[in-house]
Amino acid sequence: MRRLRRLWTEWTIAVHFLREGRSQTAMIMVGVAVGVAVIVFVTALIEGLQSNIIERTLGTQAHIRLLPPDEVNQVLPAPAGTLQLLQEDKRAQRLRSINNWQQVSATLDLQPLLTAVSPVVSGPAFARRGAAFESVALVGIDVERYLQIIPLGNYIIAGQLRVGAGDAMIGKLLADELGLRVGDKLRLETGPLSNAVVNVAGIFQLGVRELDARYVYLDLKQTQSLLNLPGGVTVIDLRVADIFTAERIATQIARLTSLKAESWIATNSQLVSALTAQSMSTNMIIIFVALSVAFGIASVLSVSVVQRTREIGILRATGASRRQILRVFLIQGGIFGLLGSVFGVAVSYALVWVFNTFGPQLFYIPISGTLVVLAMLLATLTGLVAAAVPSRRAANLDPVVAIRYA
Amino acid sequence: MPDYSQDVLRLHALRKSYNIGLPNETEVLHGIDLEIGRTDFAALIGPSGSGKSTLLNVIGLLDKPTAGELYLLGQPTSTMDDEARTTLRGNAIGFVFQFHHLIQAFTAIENVLMPLMLAHGKPSQPAIVHARALLAAVGLEKFAGTKPNQLSGGQQQRVAIARALITEPALLLADEPTGNLDTHTAAEVFDLFRRFNREFGCAVLLVTHDPRLSVACDRTINLVDGVIVSDALNKT
Repeated sequence: MRRLRRLWTEWTIAVHFLREGRSQTAMIMVGVAVGVAVIVFVTALIEGLQSNIIERTLGTQAHIRLLPPDEVNQVLPAPAGTLQLLQEDKRAQRLRSINNWQQVSATLDLQPLLTAVSPVVSGPAFARRGAAFESVALVGIDVERYLQIIPLGNYIIAGQLRVGAGDAMIGKLLADELGLRVGDKLRLETGPLSNAVVNVAGIFQLGVRELDARYVYLDLKQTQSLLNLPGGVTVIDLRVADIFTAERIATQIARLTSLKAESWIATNSQLVSALTAQSMSTNMIIIFVALSVAFGIASVLSVSVVQRTREIGILRATGASRRQILRVFLIQGGIFGLLGSVFGVAVSYALVWVFNTFGPQLFYIPISGTLVVLAMLLATLTGLVAAAVPSRRAANLDPVVAIRYA
Repeated sequence: MPDYSQDVLRLHALRKSYNIGLPNETEVLHGIDLEIGRTDFAALIGPSGSGKSTLLNVIGLLDKPTAGELYLLGQPTSTMDDEARTTLRGNAIGFVFQFHHLIQAFTAIENVLMPLMLAHGKPSQPAIVHARALLAAVGLEKFAGTKPNQLSGGQQQRVAIARALITEPALLLADEPTGNLDTHTAAEVFDLFRRFNREFGCAVLLVTHDPRLSVACDRTINLVDGVIVSDALNKT
């Protein structure tokens, strides 16, 4: 209580000192503000860019894909004391269903970490129209569940979002290639004796070349019969709440279901490592800007301690302890950081607004409240740390010498 | 046990050296024994370099003695840490320096309140009233809200005296308080010390070069080369 009340005095003295050295205070504030503005703007820019890239990537992908485990040759172990020579042909991975997928799917529905579970049956086929044919990937979906994985509705450019009863949705590139329009017929062949004619109900454009040229969305049942996998599914697509935990959750799910689980992080490793490198370079910028801000504050306060040597002596003689003097200068450092960061945040808001309004409009930069609070905390902490050395010097001044200092 | 009830201050075999352990080590005070009573009004005189200011700084707990003991209000001070010394200094001692030494960033009344603020935080209403009364006592009630750089030298020195008295100290230490004032202002300032000594009953120890000033005090302590050579009551 007593300490808190005395803090009022230390605060008052610090503020008076800052107000008296107005031009010095203003200059260092500008320095801190510029530093904080750079940090906030660059961080927001990179955050915006990265979330934009991830959004685009994950807009057309499941976060985790569950696949049946690879088929391997079971080799009998050699009896002890014998040498075994083995010539092995790796097995071809035929299209096959996930065992007990209904049970697995029901179990996964109960997992709180997963926000969507969608069984899918998928396999190769030819799409034929007249003499032209294209190789395609059939994707049999339960629409309601699949929409929670990929919001197909956003990508429909013609027709309707509809599968089942002989209806299919195809990508724009495939439609162009085969000259198909909504309402046209399309023959799908999966073998010499297995084929079907479907009606093009909708055309989508996911914006990924491979998918727009090859995906054909069908009803789950029809796909199962076309691929000769009655009642089976080949993939279970999953979505998680926090995309960056996908890898960890994938490992858990794999252990739980003994299926192969691929997270988007594993399948997009190049993208992820590029994003990591980008984050690292951002962090370097932040560290060096924070360092230069810290040295700026430290040097201004060092000069201030010299200028105020005599006043420090007077304060000591009128009852200030070393700790009080220490705190007076620490507070000044903290105020530099805090106030400077308030201006800096304002400036960065302006910069972001300019970018969002007049910039290339490729993506939108949001400034999160967390970022603002973190930047202000970082700046204030930097101010306090930077003030440590000059404050100690002020506190350790010999009052007798300080008072006589001209 | 010696009886300290009548003494504000008692020095026992007090020594002070500088540059300890270095080749140029010098002892400035060579074993000082001194008592200051509760209502004493004493002048400390002596030639330049005799150790007057050093003695005053040691008495004011701004500087630590090398050897010997200093009792302030009966308490031995040699074993106290900075925090305890600061508290005792704040409670028991008021300082007035030759150069009026106010904090330029604060107004006159804020300067007067500074010792209370440093000890207790935000000043209470009675404290502010007390500070106004002290400013009035030194004739500056109109300048309460004025910054020091708009006051004359004599006015600043009077603010400094009011500041020294705000904690109602038992001992007022003054280092050449009239040293850079003209004769007329110096006399006014000296009269203030006199008045506060009588009215508030605080002991005053005043370092001075000015023989007219020392004669006007009740007691003169003469320090030469770090030794007290004479200590006598002045005839009135």
